Amino acid sequence: MINKQTTEEVVFTEAPPQVSEWRRLRRVFLGRTSVAVGAAIMVLVLLTALFAPLLAPHDPYLVGTTSPLAQPSREHLLGSDTLGRDTLSRLIYGSRTALMVGFVTVTIAAVIGVTLGLIAGYLGGIPYTLIMRIIDTIMCFPMLLLALVIAAILGGGLQNVIIALSFAMIPGYARVTCAMTLSVRENDYVIASQLMGASDGYTVIRHILPNIMQPLLVMVTMQLGSLILAEASLSFLGIGIEPPGAAWGAMVSDGYRYLLKSPILSFAPGVAIMLTVFAFNMVGDGLRDALDPRLRGLL
Amino acid sequence: MIGMTEQVILQVKDLKLHFPVTKGLLRKKVADVKAVDGVTFDLIKNETLGLVGESGCGKTTIGRCILRHYQPTSGQIIFDGEDITKTSRNDLRKTRKKMAIIFQDPYSSMNPRTSAGTIVAEPMRIHKMYNSNAEYNNRVIELFKMVGLDPSMIGRYPHEFSGGQRQRIVVARALACEPDLIVCDEPISALDVSIQAQIINLLKELQQSIDGLSYLFIAHDLSVVRHVSDRVAVMYLGRIVEITRSHALYKNPLHPYTRSLLSAIPIPDPFVEEMREEIILEGEVPSPLNPPAGCSFHPRCFMATPDCAKGVPPLRDVGDDHKVACFRV
Repeated sequence: MINKQTTEEVVFTEAPPQVSEWRRLRRVFLGRTSVAVGAAIMVLVLLTALFAPLLAPHDPYLVGTTSPLAQPSREHLLGSDTLGRDTLSRLIYGSRTALMVGFVTVTIAAVIGVTLGLIAGYLGGIPYTLIMRIIDTIMCFPMLLLALVIAAILGGGLQNVIIALSFAMIPGYARVTCAMTLSVRENDYVIASQLMGASDGYTVIRHILPNIMQPLLVMVTMQLGSLILAEASLSFLGIGIEPPGAAWGAMVSDGYRYLLKSPILSFAPGVAIMLTVFAFNMVGDGLRDALDPRLRGLL
Repeated sequence: MIGMTEQVILQVKDLKLHFPVTKGLLRKKVADVKAVDGVTFDLIKNETLGLVGESGCGKTTIGRCILRHYQPTSGQIIFDGEDITKTSRNDLRKTRKKMAIIFQDPYSSMNPRTSAGTIVAEPMRIHKMYNSNAEYNNRVIELFKMVGLDPSMIGRYPHEFSGGQRQRIVVARALACEPDLIVCDEPISALDVSIQAQIINLLKELQQSIDGLSYLFIAHDLSVVRHVSDRVAVMYLGRIVEITRSHALYKNPLHPYTRSLLSAIPIPDPFVEEMREEIILEGEVPSPLNPPAGCSFHPRCFMATPDCAKGVPPLRDVGDDHKVACFRV
């Protein structure tokens, strides 16, 4: 066995995790019904957003495809809004807004937050105090209120909603990352790397980041849900996506005035928000359980 | 008997490391913890110097100071003729290549997310020793063989190894850049007794086969230290109290602290064991925050006189390369 081992055969780039580990993750992850359902809904929403132009029966922005506030019919499955726009088409296009805001915001917030957290946690001392006190100050404000104020100052629109929400999300990532960095950096392998003469950047990227990745991944998934909800809230309050853009929150807001005459107008986007948020939360939950090393072997 | 021909690889001169104790909002310094308080010793090429003492006496801190993990408060560390006490982090990189460390805990000394081969190759990659992946691979295979590991295990992850195998990987990593000095910080304390012997013998064999490899062997187990060390330094509360050749220390311990330590070692012969005279020390190790005046050992010493509280006994040569810090010897 050993003799056969020639140098050409041994390539020690990051070896792929073993198959059994993947199988275990899949089993734990999909084993819970609620997680499996959540994952299915998530995939469905993703596909809807991806293929919106193919799925939507009408142009979501075209006014007067039918009479205003039309009841559901064969032609318009979910009826139409006050301007006669097809609700189903707007719902389908709304998924794009929701996911766009969710993913872009989480990415921006995570990149900035994690970087700040790593710097503060790894270097300690003055950088730690400086960064974390600023983060604490931002954290004093409720996230949604902060986003509301920023969105109100910047004005509505997709871009400004993303900026406002990202800013409000940064402190969470910075805090969690900083706390985990503080604990991981005490490990002997981090000290060993420093004593070998590695640069700070090398040590952080090679040793600290990979070991705090899993909780961050769970956090990202969980926050996608709350971000979609936050975007809906902003749009509902009228400082989110500008008309005629299709956003679920704005649709609920437009529809609630006609709640008795045409409840489906608010009800349909409301259910869409609920299901999507549920789906992301469940997937986050499932990931947390599947990736938790303490549960390894138990589940 | 250190001849002039023997080359000194490491000189530690009057090394002090005081951790400030701060209080209140303004971080006012109220006291110092004198973790290391004036330690002087030399390490010769190819030699193993054992550093023993109970927990909290500063032996690990000395190791970390030499590797410049901690910045010493004062004193000098001269490595291979170069004073590295105040060298900047950047300039220190070249020196770091020549020094390595083996930790006590083989579980936390390896990143759980990297393979054994990557771990062993890390120091070489940091110092860009080779140009191609194939060269790195060859060297890693060579190192695996040197420490008695099957090179087919290169792709495995740390959790797939036993404690002893992990410590072998750590030894391989320490050897990767062909260092002149390895600080072994209690390398066997976390291992099974049967595995301890294997690792100790591995370290000894490696020293015999590699020219110019010195160990600073930190431990609290006197019988292990006797087995590996050429010379032994005994520490108490941040100071070296006795330093001499290994066999001389065990045959003729001079400092009362060393004598009490040695008297505590059980003898594996029931008849002799019954005759063993054990010196039992009274009291606890004083806090380094508030060490006793004079000789820090005097409150527990069975040989102490009132004079012992008056001054710190210097480490003085009593002949035959034997140094001891006691007024009564």
